[in-house]
Amino acid sequence: MTDVQASDDSDSAPPDGKVWELRLYVAGQTPKSVKAFANLKKICEEHLAGQYRIEVIDLIDNPRLARDDQIVAIPTLVRKLPKPMRKIIGDLANTERVLKGLEIRTVLV
Amino acid sequence: MAVVAGGHAGNIAERALPKIRTGIQGLDEITGGGIPLGRPTLVCGTAGCGKTLLAMEFLVRGATQFNEPGVFMAFEETAAELTQNVRSLGFDLDALVEQKKIALDYVRIERSEIEETGEYDLEGLFVRLGCAIDFIGAKRVVLDTIESLFSGFSNEAILRAELRRLFHWLKAKGVTAIITGERGDGQFTRHGLEEYVSDCVILLDHRVSENLSTRRLRIVKYRGSVHGTNEYPFLIDETGISVLPITSVGLCHEVSSERISTGIARLDDMLGGKGYYRGSSILVSGTAGSGKTSMAAHFTDAACRRGDKCLYFAFEESQGQMVRNMRSIGIDLEPRITQGLLHFHAARPTLSGLEMHLTTMHKWINDIQPRTVVVDPISNFTAAGTTTEVKAMLIRLIDFLKSKQITTVFIDLTSGGGPTEQTDIGVSSLMDTWLLLRDIELSGERNRSLYVLKSRGMAHSNQLREFLLTDRGVDLLGVYLGSEGVLTGSARLAQESRENAECIALGQEIEARQRELQRLRQVLESQITVMRADFQAKEEELARTIAQQKARVERFALDRREMAHSRKSDTQQGDGR
Repeated sequence: MTDVQASDDSDSAPPDGKVWELRLYVAGQTPKSVKAFANLKKICEEHLAGQYRIEVIDLIDNPRLARDDQIVAIPTLVRKLPKPMRKIIGDLANTERVLKGLEIRTVLV
Repeated sequence: MAVVAGGHAGNIAERALPKIRTGIQGLDEITGGGIPLGRPTLVCGTAGCGKTLLAMEFLVRGATQFNEPGVFMAFEETAAELTQNVRSLGFDLDALVEQKKIALDYVRIERSEIEETGEYDLEGLFVRLGCAIDFIGAKRVVLDTIESLFSGFSNEAILRAELRRLFHWLKAKGVTAIITGERGDGQFTRHGLEEYVSDCVILLDHRVSENLSTRRLRIVKYRGSVHGTNEYPFLIDETGISVLPITSVGLCHEVSSERISTGIARLDDMLGGKGYYRGSSILVSGTAGSGKTSMAAHFTDAACRRGDKCLYFAFEESQGQMVRNMRSIGIDLEPRITQGLLHFHAARPTLSGLEMHLTTMHKWINDIQPRTVVVDPISNFTAAGTTTEVKAMLIRLIDFLKSKQITTVFIDLTSGGGPTEQTDIGVSSLMDTWLLLRDIELSGERNRSLYVLKSRGMAHSNQLREFLLTDRGVDLLGVYLGSEGVLTGSARLAQESRENAECIALGQEIEARQRELQRLRQVLESQITVMRADFQAKEEELARTIAQQKARVERFALDRREMAHSRKSDTQQGDGR
């Protein structure tokens, strides 16, 4: 099951033409995954408003994807686009580290 | 050397602790039936010691022999690499994966690609493993090497908690798992996996001594089971791993009372007239050039003549060289080879470690199924291991050969100078028959001699024999025992010619005496003839005289009568008428 969350902003064309395609892998509705999704949402709204897409993949429903996408830790956030792929694990509570991991800061600066 | 009672002690343990056969040759013997069923087993060792291969063989054997599918979760090698690596062991992973007997999952963890941003767990790993197990209905699981997680994630507290959970989860799943771990300093694994996996710990080792490597396996721990505690050498070859349990071969082989020829008639005579026992071990020891190989060639030839298959392990000469050399003493081995009765396996002892040699020999023996085997020489193995190791290896080889009722000739080169009644490897006590070839140095030459030092279970000659290599093969001669001891070679020849001369002289003397007697007899007879002639002459003369005298007496009486008649006297009364 893919739970696609389009960006809140209806304007789908970002100013610099860049779309952030993010995937969040979870395994059931655990407190950690709920927390991670909330944190991610918040960070995206703050820093990538209108330029992101979040896909939540529940491995309980799609266990084979864990293997295909090389997922070990849960929750894992994968930046599919822009390339190269980046992986961030944990409940995304540390915003600084998330920004660093997604390389948002450098892009913005 | 302690003999492990793998049999009965193992049975009680098996009832207490269910075990699963690994299918790995020898490992099930020393563990008394395999590794604990439904529990994780830790296999640890240094890099390149064969952990991955052992784990993989556990899965492949399970899939192919016991119909137990397995999951291999690799943390270090990709599925393609693994498939390629184990192909050299004869395992076709692609086919097994296709048949859903094995599932491969490569877990790639690259720390540089991962940013940790708070709390996480390893549920992803559980999901993957669970998915693979359920997909093929796995009974066996391998995690190789799960410690890679420690280099991929920085939060050790989480990792440890998750590992503990993983092992519980595996037990709950009822799968038998092998967890591999790299040997760490002072502990079995770098990150102390033994803390979680404590039912069975197998330690692998790969030691190099004098440029030759030997792999060893040891059961460090086996909770609730009796197990062999020794270090067992093991090999990795094209059929997988084989552990060679030293002590699992007991002294319980059958014995034969059949006797077989040594190939040398006089040697058969020395050994109670019949030769060796079938299935016995024969040691032929001697210094360089004392004719050991020729003895073995005779035995080989005799075996082939009987129609017995023969396997010759040559560690000094090549097949071609052997054939050529033996032809010079009148033994043609070539047709035996073409008949398929004689097989040569020539290799340098330094080619591989002892264990490899032993396994190669096992393999050859199993392939060819010979009834006689020659190992020429065993002393060369010291180049591939220490004396103790060589002895241990030979014990195992002898036990193996005896259990198969194979008659074996071991050739041992004793170094000159030392005591000859001692083998350099100290294996003589393992042998049933010991032939000692010795050089006797006398009056400026060396000659070969042979002596039966021992031969269990038969009355054997206690005499030295001179050993000759002729173009018709080995010839044994009785030795001349003179006042100076044993005479051999030209000393014997000299003695023989001396004896011949004496004999001739005696003969001549007898003839002379006989002639003398003849002459005397002739003299006597001629004398007798002369005397007889003399006597005859005299006899005739005397007879003539007697007759004359008688005639005279008669004439005289007649005359007297005529005279009286003429006188008319009455003396007629005097006539008695």
